[in-house]
Amino acid sequence: MNINELTSSASRATREGFGAGLLELGRQNPNVVGLTADLMESLLMQHFQKEFPERFFQCGIAEANMMGIAAGLATAGKIPFTGTFANFSTGRVYDQIRQSIAYSHKNVKICASHAGVTLGEDGATHQILEDIGMMRMLPGMVVINPCDYNQTKAATMAIAEYHGPVYLRFGRPAWPIFTPENQKFKIGKALHLASGKDVTIFATGHLVWTSIEAAKELAGQGISCEVINIHTIKPLDEEAILDSVSKTRAVVVAEEHQRNGGLGDAIANLLVHKLPVPMEYVGVNDSFGESGKPAELLEKYGMGKKDVLWAVKDVLDRK
Amino acid sequence: MADISYLKNLCTQVRRDIVRMVFNVQSGHPGGSLGCTEFFVALYGNVLKHSPKPFRMEGKNQDLFFLSNGHISPVWYSVLARSGYFPVKELGTFRKINTRLQGHPATHEGLPGVRIASGSLGQGISAAIGAALAKRLDGDKRRVFCLTGDGELEEGQCWEAMMFAAHHRVDNLIVTVDWNGQQIDGPTDQVISLGNLPAKWKAFGWDVLILEKGNDLEAVIAMLRKAKRRSGKGKPVVILMKTEMGYGVDFMQGTHKWHGKAPNQEQFESAMKQLGETPLGDF
Repeated sequence: MNINELTSSASRATREGFGAGLLELGRQNPNVVGLTADLMESLLMQHFQKEFPERFFQCGIAEANMMGIAAGLATAGKIPFTGTFANFSTGRVYDQIRQSIAYSHKNVKICASHAGVTLGEDGATHQILEDIGMMRMLPGMVVINPCDYNQTKAATMAIAEYHGPVYLRFGRPAWPIFTPENQKFKIGKALHLASGKDVTIFATGHLVWTSIEAAKELAGQGISCEVINIHTIKPLDEEAILDSVSKTRAVVVAEEHQRNGGLGDAIANLLVHKLPVPMEYVGVNDSFGESGKPAELLEKYGMGKKDVLWAVKDVLDRK
Repeated sequence: MADISYLKNLCTQVRRDIVRMVFNVQSGHPGGSLGCTEFFVALYGNVLKHSPKPFRMEGKNQDLFFLSNGHISPVWYSVLARSGYFPVKELGTFRKINTRLQGHPATHEGLPGVRIASGSLGQGISAAIGAALAKRLDGDKRRVFCLTGDGELEEGQCWEAMMFAAHHRVDNLIVTVDWNGQQIDGPTDQVISLGNLPAKWKAFGWDVLILEKGNDLEAVIAMLRKAKRRSGKGKPVVILMKTEMGYGVDFMQGTHKWHGKAPNQEQFESAMKQLGETPLGDF
């Protein structure tokens, strides 16, 4: 597809896609149950709760217990979806996830909203930027970061079909919708968004749209970018990555996360073994966030369109 | 149901297994294991409705058990093996490379009888609540049992779980606390006092039962049966079970010092002599 054909006419938050997906899933699969730690409406889980009150468990502000209960529900055959902010879904409960869910290979879906700096005004206490790294280090954990409302809805429904622990990461702000409605979501299958020959931009989450906008601008300057949506960070679609990189031989990775430990490191780990090429990261450089508006924060912390443009030019200089 | 004289023999044999397992690899946790022997023998031999073979993770229409204080794996492994979950001779692989009998219980190697990993403390009550909720959703009338240590209650997650179970009226759940008053660094009263434990559980909305003689097999059976009768009445049930750490081996008894220590050859021989042989035979 040509980059200029990727357009958006509406915006909605990815967390709304989660809420919509969970409701639909509830109607399709009686084994799906929901849990929250006092953030039901922030994750739009009230739709599921209203329709299936007996399958929804309010845990109060007690995330560790919520993870343990989810593990127990999964043990006895349910498919629990836990919902809280990404910060409280990972760092706060890492040991519970590690022992009771990951090591025990429980079919728990850890659904995490308000990830990254786009959470905005609440500031750095809530803006987790380390979660992808923590979760992808756990053996057997699937890590997914969809890019818009439609894809988050599709991913929410798809993970119920997979048996095993999953970390599903999404965000707070309204964000451009550009993927098709009612799409099929395949875990671990990268989505090729635009063909190009000079550089490949691998992006995940909110920064997929940012990368598309940057690629459009670069196209106007005669730079041809391949844009690939890596919605599943683990397991990584190695074949799609190597196919593209063997053609472009220059890589930019864009994510709303620390440069340490995220998608960039996952791809670097693959390329350093199989196909070393010039590579640049777009992400937070070893820093905490702060209060502000999402767009301001993305700019200030190195995850704006300007940062993708700079990164592309930098790798092309090194090619 | 096995008769009481068989179960008493089994208690002795399980104690022999515990000491031998820990001695064999010179590591493991004999103290709490010996103290909870009557509990495990009573539970698996007389109380649980369960089917060891084939082992099914989901355990539908069976009673389920979750061990929260996973370090007392020797007693659990011995009782599981001697209840038919896996071959008794496999006890000889405890803590050795490529074993299913990991230092702390795990599902990773597929050991029948274990439904979740434990060892990092404070997580078992939550998992047991989840399984109890699933049974409620499925209209499954069987119960979920859980054992936790007393020192383990210093973990905040336990209290989160206690609040949840009372609020959501999880009354198909029976938790037992191994109230031996000991933890690694010394008596709980000296490390972090648990205070008035019965009052705390009661204040958290649980139906509280106290068992003074946790190393008396018949008393444990009677108490577990009583707890079953008290379940299903709108409150989760807890048994605060007083035991002696290291019970049955004089030099291990009543002290925290044998929490996680293996006996030497001389101590091993002394322990075995004290315990005496049984018709069940060693692994």
